[in-house]
Parts: sequence; structure tokens; C-alpha cells
Amino acid sequence: MTLSVPAVPLRIDSVIKRFGDLTAVAGVSLVVPERACLGLLGPNGAGKSTLIRGIAGRVRPDEGSILVFGEPAGSPAAGAQLGWVPQELALYPLLTCRENLEAFGRYQGLRGQALRDGIAWCLEWAALADRAGDVVKTLSGGMRRRLNMAAGLVHRPRVVLLDEPTVGVDPQSRNRIFDMVEDLRGQGATIIYTTHYMEEAERLCDTIAIIDHGRIIAQGNKEELVEQSFGRRGDVLMRFASSVENTAAWVAARGGTLDGGAAHFAITQPVEIAGLLDAAGRDGLEVMDVTLRRPNLESVFLHLTGRELRQ
Amino acid sequence: MIWAIVRNGFRALRRDRGAMILSFILPIAFFSIFGAIFGGMSNSGTPRIRALLVDEDRSPASERLVGALLHDPSLDAHTQPEVKKGEPAAPDYTAASAEKAVHDGDAPAALIIPKGFGAHPIGFGQAERAPIRLLHDSSDPVAGQMVAGILQKDAMTSLSGTPVRDAASNSMGFVAVDVRDVIGEKKQKSMISFYAAGIGVMFLLFTASAAGGSLLDESESGALDRILSARVSMTTLLAGKMAYSALLACLQLTLMFLWAAAVFHLDLFSHLPGFIVMTVATGFAVASFGMLLASVSHTRAQAGAIGTLLILTMSAIGGSMFPRYFMPEAMQKAGLLTFNAWAIDGYTKVFWRDEPITHLAPQVGVLIGAGIVVFLIARRFARKWESV
Repeated sequence: MTLSVPAVPLRIDSVIKRFGDLTAVAGVSLVVPERACLGLLGPNGAGKSTLIRGIAGRVRPDEGSILVFGEPAGSPAAGAQLGWVPQELALYPLLTCRENLEAFGRYQGLRGQALRDGIAWCLEWAALADRAGDVVKTLSGGMRRRLNMAAGLVHRPRVVLLDEPTVGVDPQSRNRIFDMVEDLRGQGATIIYTTHYMEEAERLCDTIAIIDHGRIIAQGNKEELVEQSFGRRGDVLMRFASSVENTAAWVAARGGTLDGGAAHFAITQPVEIAGLLDAAGRDGLEVMDVTLRRPNLESVFLHLTGRELRQ
Repeated sequence: MIWAIVRNGFRALRRDRGAMILSFILPIAFFSIFGAIFGGMSNSGTPRIRALLVDEDRSPASERLVGALLHDPSLDAHTQPEVKKGEPAAPDYTAASAEKAVHDGDAPAALIIPKGFGAHPIGFGQAERAPIRLLHDSSDPVAGQMVAGILQKDAMTSLSGTPVRDAASNSMGFVAVDVRDVIGEKKQKSMISFYAAGIGVMFLLFTASAAGGSLLDESESGALDRILSARVSMTTLLAGKMAYSALLACLQLTLMFLWAAAVFHLDLFSHLPGFIVMTVATGFAVASFGMLLASVSHTRAQAGAIGTLLILTMSAIGGSMFPRYFMPEAMQKAGLLTFNAWAIDGYTKVFWRDEPITHLAPQVGVLIGAGIVVFLIARRFARKWESV
């Protein structure tokens, strides 16, 4: 008797993609389980877009494989399960919202009632039902973004690729898009989300993969990533009433560094703060301010790639 | 300050190939085409007028005249149909076969020297003479008059010394000529179908290039990626775009000919089958051109510049701007490399010559065949949009 193992929504296995001398993806492996939301973070040129386009079937790997529910990326069977929302506003500007959804639904092979249902769901989901008959070029930037997302989902895919869906939108529209993504998750979709905004990844994604130079250099949830990069260390910032010159030797003697008038100490236990305060009191230094800072995803990204996320 | 603005303008122009083509290459290309047609690169380029000769008289005078006409450098005169190498010589033209040949567009004019011409070949005025019949196709308004003039000149040189019938008046010319338009005499016709086809095809090409350009817009916006990531193959997408473009072209031509029927009294409805066949073939061909233009271009601006250059050039040598019979022979042949020439020839057969639909086979065959080949080339270039 053979046991059939259910295929996972997305399995990327040792994918390599080269463009001439440039290796854009250098051996990426990823498994995204059902109903997960994977945040794919990486600086510009890290290989994110190539990987996303590979999942969408628009880039063929030189080595390795990409499977969507067990079907090779780019195959009709994989395409039926996959919804791709590109970063660009990939819409027909002279068609209405409904006409755009109808066009992309038909391109996905929908007809009749299934098409009508898909369009109705999309208009409702993107809060565009009252603008269904409006031509795209008359919509606001936020509405176009929402329609751009909806156009990738008319066929109700189980795996959704969202490539920087909030680029260039105002904070209000961004919140609306977050609501849409959370709604999608609530309905059971598996999501792969790329962004340049760390707070989006923190809010929406349960797993984050950091990609740089074509490789996944870290993967896990936020806590795991911080733990992997910084262990249990925290950063204590202390400011003193006395001048910097007077405190420099004291800070150095306790393994700290001075940066912009504040002393930084790496600690692993909060109780170490009390020790620092006692020592300062004993040595006659008046402490003005103490802050305990835990590393966040931004720190992790900086630590791993040496670059800010938005560089 | 002004110099900075000027310098910026030239810097931008230097990097904009499309604007460079439109600024420098297109004017030179056009100047060259018009120069070749009207300026005459050399006298050898002047078009010789094709004329058919029928000698029913077989008299010494008529034979001298035929000899002169055959040797006239301005005429491309023939007494019998041309045959391919190795085939037996065809019989001489008769009055009937020459008239049919002119009607079918094989030559713009025919001269028929009647029996009795040799008795009194030349004279002046109204004296009774057997007139030479000049049959011409008024779709070429120049050729008939040119042949009439050349006939008088050659008669004067070849028949000098023969008896003159009457010298009272010179209103009839040296030899009497009876001129007849073999096309237009049955019913009133105009050149309107030629212009409807010529101008129509030129603008169809512009429309097709714009329709093809939507592929480039979609490529730039990312919509093409999205479409191709769905269940749409590149071949399906290209065929769909071409079908749209071809239908649009058919609608444009239909509107153009309906307008010609309404305003210029073109007899569209009695030529409907031929019109439909030619319109479908023409629409298909120009649509394929739009697809090729889009697939070889990288940006919309580039497609616009290349398209304008090609369309205006094709329209000039293909006969959309002025009839090809004005052009030197080499350029008339070059015109056959354009869709314009084949479309115009087909519409002329339908509306001018009243030819049956089966006679459209060469034009329809070339337009459809070339359209398929051009589409396949476009499909090959469109691989750049497929998965990499």
C-alpha cells in the first residue's frame, strides 16, 4: 500500500537561474505550507523578482524545480492554482474595473457563472463594487492597486503571489490592502508576499525569508530570525549627566561603546542592567536615561545583508 | 541660458533613435522616392508606355507605321502577346484580343490600323479616311494621350511622301484617329475606387501598427507578463491581436467604401463579392504587418518611428499616393513588394475592370500568403516575450 503525501502549495528545490554571467538565483530551496504567509525580503537586485517570476512561470530555472501543488510552475495546472499580482499596474487603462476582471478571468479560462462569481467576489473583496463601471484611468492610485490585486485573483487561486502590492499608495489605502490580505488568509489562501516595508512583513507574514545575492540567507518567524542573528542579546543605551570624556574609560572598561553621546552595552539578561546602574552609582556617574532595546527585523536585515531594506 | 536649452535638445535627440529617423532618414527617403519618380534619375528611367499594335491593313504604309511604332523609344509596343522562353510564338493580336488585353489591364492602350488605311493614310481635316482606332484604359489618363501623340509623330516620320487626301484643315492631325475608352464607355466611372483603396490601405497600415503597438504597451505595463502567466500562449495572444487588427481594418475599409458610395457614387453594391474578398485579404495582410512591427520593436516610440518610415515608403512606391504607372519600370516592380500595390491592383480589378472574383486570385494569394509569412516571422520575434 502506498501512502499519498498531499502536495504543498509551493515547493522550490535548489533553483538556479543565470542570465549570462549573472547568477540571479543561486540555489534557493523553500517550502511554503498551506495557509502560510511567507514574506520574501531582500534588497534590490537580490533575486526576489526572478524567484517570483519563476514561481509565476515567466522565468524557467536553469537547475532545480518549482512546484505549485505538485505541478511544475508555468504549467496550466499550476497556473490554475496560482494568482500573481505583479508590482506594476498590469491593467487595461481604458477598460472599466469589471471589464478588466472579465478579461483576466477569461485569460484564466473562466466562463459563464464561474466568471460572474469571480468578478463579483473580486469587486466585493477589493471594495470596488460601486466603481465597477468606472474606467481604470479615472480611479485613484489606491483603487488601481486594489484592482491590480483583484485582477490576479478572479479565478480564486489557492496560492497568491503579491509582489510589493503597496508600492506608492497612501497610508489609508495601505491599511485597506492589509485588510484585503488578511481577509485572503482568513479564506485559506497561501500567500507569498514581497515588500520593502518591514512593518508590513511583521504584521502580515508568519514566516520571513531573507534573500540576498540569489540565496536565502535566513528563514523563520520574527523571533527566530532575531534569535538566529543576535541570540538573546539586547542593546542597553545609557546617557550620563557627566561629559563624554569622563565616561569613556568607564564605558570601555565594561565592554560598552560610545555612539553619539550614548553608551551601548550588549546584554543577555535584563538583570545586567541593575549591575550597570550600581556600578555607575558607585563610580559617581549620574545616569540620566536607560533604554533596553531588543533587535527587530530591521536590525536582522541590516545585520545579515549589510544594507537597509529600502536601499 | 538659451544655449543650455539648445544643447539639451540636441542631447535628447541624439539618444532618441525614433526622432532621429523621423528627422533625418524619412525626409531623405521620401525625397529620393519622389525624385526617382518625378525628377528622373536619368532618361533611361523614364517609363515607356506599353501599347499593343494590330495591323489589319497589311499595306506598305501600315507596315511602315507599325515598324516606326515598334522602334519608338517612348513606346513598349507589341504585335503579339509575350510568351515564356521555349513556348511557341503566340498569334498576332486581333482587334478583339487587343481590346480584351486593354480591358484586362495588360496594357493601357492599343492601336488598330484598319483595312483601307494604306489607300489614304495621311491627310488633314475632315476628308474621308480610314481612321486608326486608339483603344485606351482611362484608369491611366496619361497613356492614351501619349500614345496618340507618338502615333502622330511616327506617322509623320514614317509616312512622309505618301499622298495627302485633303489639306484644308489640320484639326484632325496627320493621321485620323478614333479614340475610345474601353473601360469607361459602358458606364460612368471615376478613379474613386483607386483612391479609396490607396488612401485606405495607407491608413490601415497606420492603424495596424497602432494596434500592434498595444503589445508593447502591455509589455511595458506588465500586463503581457500577467496574460502569459495565465492560460494564454504567445501564439494565441498574437493571433488574437491580429484578428482584432484585421477586423478593425475591414471595418475601416468598409466605412471608406460606403462613404465613397454615398458621396462619390461608387458602385459598391454591384461589386460586393469582390469587395468582400479584397477587404478580407487586405485586412489580414496589414494586420500581420502591425504584428511584425510590434514584435521587432522594443518600445512604442521605436515602433512609431520605424512604422512611419516603412508605411510612408511603402505607400509611396506601392501606389497609395499616386498611381504606379507614373513610376519608372524598376520602381513599379519594387512596388510589388508592398501590400499597397497588390491591394490597389485587386480593388482596381473589382471596381474598374469588373473582373470576376476568380481573377483576384493573384492579389488575394499574395496578400494572404505574405500575411501568413509575416505573421510567422512576427511569432518568431515574439519569443522575446516568452518565458526566459
